[in-house]
Amino acid sequence: MSLNVLAVDDSRTIRDMLKYTLNGAGMTTHLAEDGQHGLEVLDGLKPDVIITDINMPRLDGFGFIDAVRAQSEYRAVPILVLTTESSAELKSRARDAGATGWIVKPFDPEKLVKSLQIVAG
Amino acid sequence: MQEIRASFFIECEELLEALQDALQMMEGGEADDETINVAFRAVHSIKGGAGAFGLDDLVAFAHSFETTMDEMRAGRLEAEAETIALFFQCGDLLSDLVRVARDGGDIDDAVRSNLLSQLEELAGQDGQAAEEEVVDFQPMGISLDLPAIDGLPDLEADSAAVTEATETEANALRHVEIRFSPEPELYRSGNEPLFLLRALAGLGESTVCCTREALPDLEEYDGTANVMAWQIELHTNADDDAIRDVFDFVDGLCSLTITEVGPDDPGGSGDEVTAAPLPVDAEPEASLPAEPVPEPIRPQMSEDTVTQAAERPADTQRSKPGATVRVDLDRIDRMVNLVGELVINQSMLAQSVDASGLSGNTKIASGLDEFQQLTRDIQDSVMLIRAQPVKSLFQRMARIVREASSDVGKTVRLKTEGEGTEIDKTVIERLSDPLTHMIRNAVDHGLETPDDRVAAGKPEEGIVSLRASHRSGRVIIEVADNGGGINRPKVRQIATDKGLISPDQDLSDTEIDNLLFLPGFSTASEVSNLSGRGVGMDVVKNAISALGGRITITSTPGEGTTFSISLPLTLAVLDGMVVRVGSETLVVPLSAISETLSLQKEDARALGPQTQVVRVRDTFVPLINLGTELGYSPPRESYEGAIVLLISHEDGQRAALVVDGIEDQRQVVIKGLQDSYGHVPGVAAATILGDGQIALILDPADLLMNASGQSRPHQLARTG
Amino acid sequence: MAGITETTEKLQDFDEVELLSFRVGESEYSVDIMSVREIRGWTRATSLPHAPAYVRGVINLRGAVLPVIDLALRLGLDVEEPNDRNVIIVVDIDGRTVGLRVDAVSDILSFPRTQLHTPPEMTADQGNTFIEALTILEGRMIRILDLPAVVPSAQEVAA
Repeated sequence: MSLNVLAVDDSRTIRDMLKYTLNGAGMTTHLAEDGQHGLEVLDGLKPDVIITDINMPRLDGFGFIDAVRAQSEYRAVPILVLTTESSAELKSRARDAGATGWIVKPFDPEKLVKSLQIVAG
Repeated sequence: MQEIRASFFIECEELLEALQDALQMMEGGEADDETINVAFRAVHSIKGGAGAFGLDDLVAFAHSFETTMDEMRAGRLEAEAETIALFFQCGDLLSDLVRVARDGGDIDDAVRSNLLSQLEELAGQDGQAAEEEVVDFQPMGISLDLPAIDGLPDLEADSAAVTEATETEANALRHVEIRFSPEPELYRSGNEPLFLLRALAGLGESTVCCTREALPDLEEYDGTANVMAWQIELHTNADDDAIRDVFDFVDGLCSLTITEVGPDDPGGSGDEVTAAPLPVDAEPEASLPAEPVPEPIRPQMSEDTVTQAAERPADTQRSKPGATVRVDLDRIDRMVNLVGELVINQSMLAQSVDASGLSGNTKIASGLDEFQQLTRDIQDSVMLIRAQPVKSLFQRMARIVREASSDVGKTVRLKTEGEGTEIDKTVIERLSDPLTHMIRNAVDHGLETPDDRVAAGKPEEGIVSLRASHRSGRVIIEVADNGGGINRPKVRQIATDKGLISPDQDLSDTEIDNLLFLPGFSTASEVSNLSGRGVGMDVVKNAISALGGRITITSTPGEGTTFSISLPLTLAVLDGMVVRVGSETLVVPLSAISETLSLQKEDARALGPQTQVVRVRDTFVPLINLGTELGYSPPRESYEGAIVLLISHEDGQRAALVVDGIEDQRQVVIKGLQDSYGHVPGVAAATILGDGQIALILDPADLLMNASGQSRPHQLARTG
Repeated sequence: MAGITETTEKLQDFDEVELLSFRVGESEYSVDIMSVREIRGWTRATSLPHAPAYVRGVINLRGAVLPVIDLALRLGLDVEEPNDRNVIIVVDIDGRTVGLRVDAVSDILSFPRTQLHTPPEMTADQGNTFIEALTILEGRMIRILDLPAVVPSAQEVAA
């Protein structure tokens, strides 16, 4: 799969894991360290799918998704939320914020790739 | 993966540091709303990474820790001193768990369960719940069995049906019929039926059919209604769970029915497993105009975007202010070594230019000068790469203070200063043990008991200060306590009892203080379970010397004791004087030499049968013949005309080293002997000279100490 | 089938010892060739104070400090002053790199491991303790050095 993915997470380990997994699946991975940084990287990037953490400094995942969805070109881009919580409340908040789906950390690489297929082909 | 694991542990160090910082701010009352968030995120990130590597112990503890912190974030828990103290202890245990995960080893289970129960008590969670939550946090990726999002179907009924379905012929192909009808919200959430259907097709052989029953005429189409639906005939060996997995993200955003048509037999009829039609709760997002989304939007993956993508990482780098690059330390060390070679090479070149008589050529001479300058600049820059702030080291000491003070029942506060001071990374690492020991000493021996302090009119809380600063090209680190000062009569008594000094020896205060550094000084009666462990200050002193550093004591009765460590900025280069002794060439650190003298006939005088002193102005300084001391040359018959380097020690000791000649004064690259050979008494390290030969770098302080054995320095100048 | 043949061959390979032999005084010694990193000509060593006599000192091996042990002195044999024909065999022992001064390198030997003999216990010779095994090859007695014993650990040397 040659998807173009933007992954936003403040943990370097998670970023490394995402990049390792996604690049291994033939995707192109762009990384950002928090929501604010994510918006900077997003500018003009046109990713096929965005993966974002929720709890991050500067701009958290909810704020990030809001800001992404507010841009007309990214209104329909699939966004997956990374969360360690599998609480229903969090997911429903994520969906309200405009997320397409969620990935529970720590993620199983195979499932991550499968989830990306489900939301981005 | 191994690399990611390694980088995870590096990240853990940083996160633990951030946690420590945040807790310190909270302790000092400087916390704002974000501070607890920072602490929480640090623990949370450790948990996230640990989960990825299956470090269950770490995950479990981080989870409990984070849960309690979350209570504070939510404002349900006050940041009381006791709670912060508990958080500090949890931070310590977390750091232990990280270390154990990385290096192996054991954790004190009693400590852990004690902390866990305290955490749980604070969080108001009973053990059961915590346990369950941890179990929930397993590497399971996307899970289906989640408690309901608004309007999720009754789980029990659902799972019962699923079980039933799964039990039928697990391996045989099943034939199921799936009806999938998206709500408009599905499109708004960024989900795409096409991909869902494609993923479904991945489970087996499928026939997809778009049902248009609900499709209105175009003029009636308002774009918000649920008009598209699909019916999928699937021949698969996947069970309903797997099918449902595909639709996990759109749960609640569509209606979905899965009907078992039967074992793979078109005529069969099966149980119907129905996910209830899912009511839609969300109102259309205000920011999203309710426009129709009639066609699946395909990901735009033109060549154009690919090219763009390839260029992107560079942009990403640029957009981060103050971006840093993570470099393997080995690579830097290799570079340091190469620069070292370059320095040697440059001096060899200069030497051969000199030898060939070309140095008169101004072009060559100025070219060489420039070369030398550039070499030095490169060297300085490379050394800077290795420099790190002492902050992480100081933070570790904060923990030592906490542990040590609770062990001996004293209230102690650690004050730190100059945490931003940078030193070579290796020096920082190797300072950890001696500093730990000194801090323990300060808490255990330096500070009085609370009762004694109160009796002396001091506040009950003792203070240990840790300060770092740069001073004239060296780094100074001070460990100070505001305790009772060194009990000199007692120290003297111990040293006498141990036979380290003779009872009638006349010693200055400084000399008495320095007895603490003598090997064998630390006595059984002095050894508490804390600072004892058979390690005395002599070991600390040796460790500091091995780093090219010096340690001195100042102590004022009733006010406290300060240990001051002076260290070179880097371990890699040194300004030295190149001298000849017998047939060998040696380097003496310039920092140790206060002056050089040429002896006149009356300058050297016999002190005892084996010793001589040199008169320097109004004082007498012990004379040490380097040649005999190092076994390079036989005793001299006369010192008339001998060249002497006057060595001044930071504690005031002096000595006159006799050499056969001074050859040069220059910067040399330090090559350790420790790894390849071991410690040589009186020798700090080696270097490579311009002619490719190795020269030893002298350690004057160590030389004096070893020459003296355990007696007074002036008795050691065994000069014939 | 192919797999089995390969394994057998490997086993045989394993059973073959390959040694670098050299002369120290009148005697011939050898070391496992796998532990030899390089052989270089004699250069003057910088002597180390307070070191045991058999430690000749340190030399510069391409920017690294290499301790050199005089095998003759170490084995308790008669010693000539080092000369230009001497060589230094650079060996790796348990991760440490050390130079051994010998008179001259003679040969590379290869023979089945079964031909190795354990040296008889003879307490009179101090040097004997450094011999790991013996063999007779074309009438010559070859002594195989116990390298870790010859080169004491850094702590022992420095102590």
